[in-house]
Amino acid sequence: MAETDTLPAIATRREEATGFFQKLVSKGLGWARKNSLYQYPFVTACCGIEYMSLASARYDIARFGAEVPRFSPRQADLLLVVGTINCKQAPILQRIYEQMADPKWVMAYGVCASSGGFYDNYATVQGIDRIIPVDVYVPGCPPRPEQVLDGLMLLQKKIQEQEHKLIDRLPAAELARGR
Amino acid sequence: MSKAVTAALKEKFPDAVQEVYEGVGGDDCAFVKKDAVAEVCRFLKEDPAMAFNMAPYVTAVDYLGQEPRFEVVYNLVSTRLNHRVRLRVKVPESDLEVPTVTHLWRGADWFERYCFDMYGIRFLGHPDMRRLFMYDEFVGHPLRKDYPLKGRQPLTAERNFRDLYRGPGPSGRD
Ligand code: SF4
Repeated sequence: MAETDTLPAIATRREEATGFFQKLVSKGLGWARKNSLYQYPFVTACCGIEYMSLASARYDIARFGAEVPRFSPRQADLLLVVGTINCKQAPILQRIYEQMADPKWVMAYGVCASSGGFYDNYATVQGIDRIIPVDVYVPGCPPRPEQVLDGLMLLQKKIQEQEHKLIDRLPAAELARGR
Repeated sequence: MSKAVTAALKEKFPDAVQEVYEGVGGDDCAFVKKDAVAEVCRFLKEDPAMAFNMAPYVTAVDYLGQEPRFEVVYNLVSTRLNHRVRLRVKVPESDLEVPTVTHLWRGADWFERYCFDMYGIRFLGHPDMRRLFMYDEFVGHPLRKDYPLKGRQPLTAERNFRDLYRGPGPSGRD
């Protein structure tokens, strides 16, 4: 078969070609994004001690390219909610989440952030998924660093399988408060 | 502990100090009348033989079903003479106003705000009688025994989504 024979076929199946190209771009972007997660540690309670262990030399979260804590939500990709979130703090957390630029992911670190933990009382939010969307839940009180690394690898897998675009615009309604 | 402090209290305020006893672990304790508490505290702080220069803990208790229902507990320490005393003040539910001791010990400020936040006991003369922990929108006083255990009052609208394990929606999920 001559090479020219295939050319018109591609031209008529233009959508398929763009789809193929987009998939390639998506894969590449996913690979880049999953290996350079800048985190915003929202540390409120005792899990923070374990977070320090995770971030420092022994467990070394840098192996997964997530070693840069950014203390501004505008520069972060991954929101780590580390610790108990009570009702008074819920609006703050929500605001931090809304300030993060897309694409963004959220990890609930420890049972308190995932489900309220044993604080089933008048003050504690029963899981941060009630106020912001969550990608990965890491159980444990506090979770061992291995567990968090496992959660991080799950998140990386999730990111790799998501669809990424070069220019990604969410509809304005999605960004509005209160959803 | 020596009985010197409680004995002196009983002698100085025969009416205001109602009952003197030795608590668990040998602490000196005294029941004090509500209206006299500021006066008794001033004596404890300023008398050189007492010299209680610190109020490390002021708290409240809710004895639901008893009359009077509430109690404010003052734990006082003298770092100079190394002795302690505990004052207990009965507060009926119908009259939740207790004189403040913040003018004697600045550190009692947040403890009194805590008592107001958690039990609704008001301290007369306190410079800044606001809630300490809970937000201003919160209704009620959460450490009262008749406040519902899971009486959450969310500040933001909670997301409504189906949850496999915890059931639907925020309202029915607890
Ligand atoms: S999960 Fe356990 S260690 Fe972590 S914040 Fe809650 S109580 Fe503390």
